[in-house]
Amino acid sequence: MGHKITIEPVTRVEGHGKVTIHLDDDGNVYQSRLHIVEFRGFERFVQGRPYWEMPVLVQRLCGICPVSHHLAAAKALDVIVGAGTGDGLTPTAEKMRRLMHYGQIFQSHSLHFFHLASPDIVFGIDGDPVTRNIIGIAMQNKDLAVQGVMMRKFGQEIIEATAGKKIHGTGAIPGGINKHLTVEERDRFLKGPDPVNIDKMIGWSQEAVDFFKDYHHKNKDFIDNFSVFPSNHLSLVRKDGAMDLYHGVLRAVDPEGKKILHDIDYQDYLSYIDEEVRAWSYMKFPYLKEYGKREGWYTVGPLARLNTAEFIPTPLAQKEFEVFKSYTNGKPNCMSMHMHWARLIEVLHAAEMMKELLNDPDITEGKLVVKGNKRNEGIGLIEAPRGTLFHHYEINGKDQIIMANLIVSTTNNNQPMNEAVNFIARNYISGKKEITEPMLNAVEVGIRAYDPCLSCATHAFGQMPLEISLYDSQNNLLDRKRK
Amino acid sequence: MQDPQRILIYAYGNPGRQDDGLGNRFVEEMEKWIRENNILNVELDSNYQLNIEDAVKISDKDLVFFVDASTEQIEDIRYAPVEPSEGRSEFTTHAASPAFILALCIKLYHKHPETYLLQIRGYEWEFKVGLSEKAEKNLSKAVEFMKAKLGKTRDF
Repeated sequence: MGHKITIEPVTRVEGHGKVTIHLDDDGNVYQSRLHIVEFRGFERFVQGRPYWEMPVLVQRLCGICPVSHHLAAAKALDVIVGAGTGDGLTPTAEKMRRLMHYGQIFQSHSLHFFHLASPDIVFGIDGDPVTRNIIGIAMQNKDLAVQGVMMRKFGQEIIEATAGKKIHGTGAIPGGINKHLTVEERDRFLKGPDPVNIDKMIGWSQEAVDFFKDYHHKNKDFIDNFSVFPSNHLSLVRKDGAMDLYHGVLRAVDPEGKKILHDIDYQDYLSYIDEEVRAWSYMKFPYLKEYGKREGWYTVGPLARLNTAEFIPTPLAQKEFEVFKSYTNGKPNCMSMHMHWARLIEVLHAAEMMKELLNDPDITEGKLVVKGNKRNEGIGLIEAPRGTLFHHYEINGKDQIIMANLIVSTTNNNQPMNEAVNFIARNYISGKKEITEPMLNAVEVGIRAYDPCLSCATHAFGQMPLEISLYDSQNNLLDRKRK
Repeated sequence: MQDPQRILIYAYGNPGRQDDGLGNRFVEEMEKWIRENNILNVELDSNYQLNIEDAVKISDKDLVFFVDASTEQIEDIRYAPVEPSEGRSEFTTHAASPAFILALCIKLYHKHPETYLLQIRGYEWEFKVGLSEKAEKNLSKAVEFMKAKLGKTRDF
């Protein structure tokens, strides 16, 4: 008798996902799928709205990474207002946006590592779920927990200072930015009393990388072998091959490191990337057209970015990048748990970048906005914390949006997350007669490495329980567990 | 004379999703009243959602009121004390509950404010700015409730 196991989180107005694992008569996994409900209504909702509203309007999508949507929309509208395709802004505008973006990367990655991921690492996948959060970390290692909280706070304060406010920030506008950083704000970030200053943040970021490396050294088997599968990797890189999370050309490499997308101008992304619809999932599956639906899927996010970039243009992160690359002899790294290592190297890079930008005089003075000849179409890409984020708009003669296409990072990672679930299901659940909590935790840990954002909406008050249902081959419910 | 209580009213929600912005509107309404009455010991704030750094924010307060929209079929408003709860790390959610924030504050700072949650019932959650008519009425009740509550605790 075949079994189907369903792991289903239930949420409020967030999106939701569930995992189904199909077992054959012998209890072996023959199919596993991650199903995600995605809000697609937004693209229709913005039609008819004035284009200049977009950078604020898109923040309604998500209470988790509104800054990424804010900046990607602003970049697309830069093209529409004739401010170039990413390199036409004033130095002040570009640097203020970069500061906002690196603040976002810093806080988002810190939250993920300290609150969501490090408990999995410290307590293991068979640890008590009640302690697998930052409070559990605080009980074991209070300093680490305090660092996580304060790093997240610092990043949030950078965002507030650059975007103008916490909710529905207005900093980035078509063609530029609407404010400078004040000297007082800059000095607070640069020279504030410990721990609220950038040097402390850089120090803590380095300590977080060291913490992971030490853990890795002691737990190589888990970190290196938990969810490993070959993948293409895609991200923006600077034209000279450097990591650049704000702007660049689009590059992809295959599992051997061969370039399969050759630093293209992302204004042409539709010539290279398509999205497949599959009947069993609301979320599309993007792929590189040249390589087809089966071979052309790719991973985005921290691991992909370290796999596509040739170097990191800040010294401490570059040093860590060299260690990271040497671990796989320069080849792309396809070990899912190394996503955390890559993420922490990006935290360090973001902290170094923030310091560089805070010390730049263009941040506190200079022209804010440029305009040129208007166009009717614009595309903006940014490396959001979770990976490459696409915003594409067309307008009519009345300055109204007539078409919007958004490919969010979690959509780009749809196939890789399915691959991770499949790998873990085959290795942890196949041949077992009973599904234990550690097995289910393993599936969660594998997905969580990608830091998927399923909300695209608001906060989730209350619980987001996992409901586990067990069916036989006739879809009769055999068992249901909720945790 | 005793120092006045340090009070925080902290709402959360996404005002771009109709009634999910109830908390944010609540703060706007309270802000006017607090300014008009020259009340100095009440701090107001709002955000999309609660998160771990909010443990720092509440750590130096005596009294905290969290304010949130509710999808539950409660009466128009619901007010209750918050008990610390360590909860568990959810599947992917990046937000935290008031009980979790309180528990984290205790773990990190070995102190915590007296904490309450005021929930305001909402009805509509689409991609729009502005509250539904019924939510507006509930908002008014919530504001009046909080004014009365602050009136009882006031030493300003």
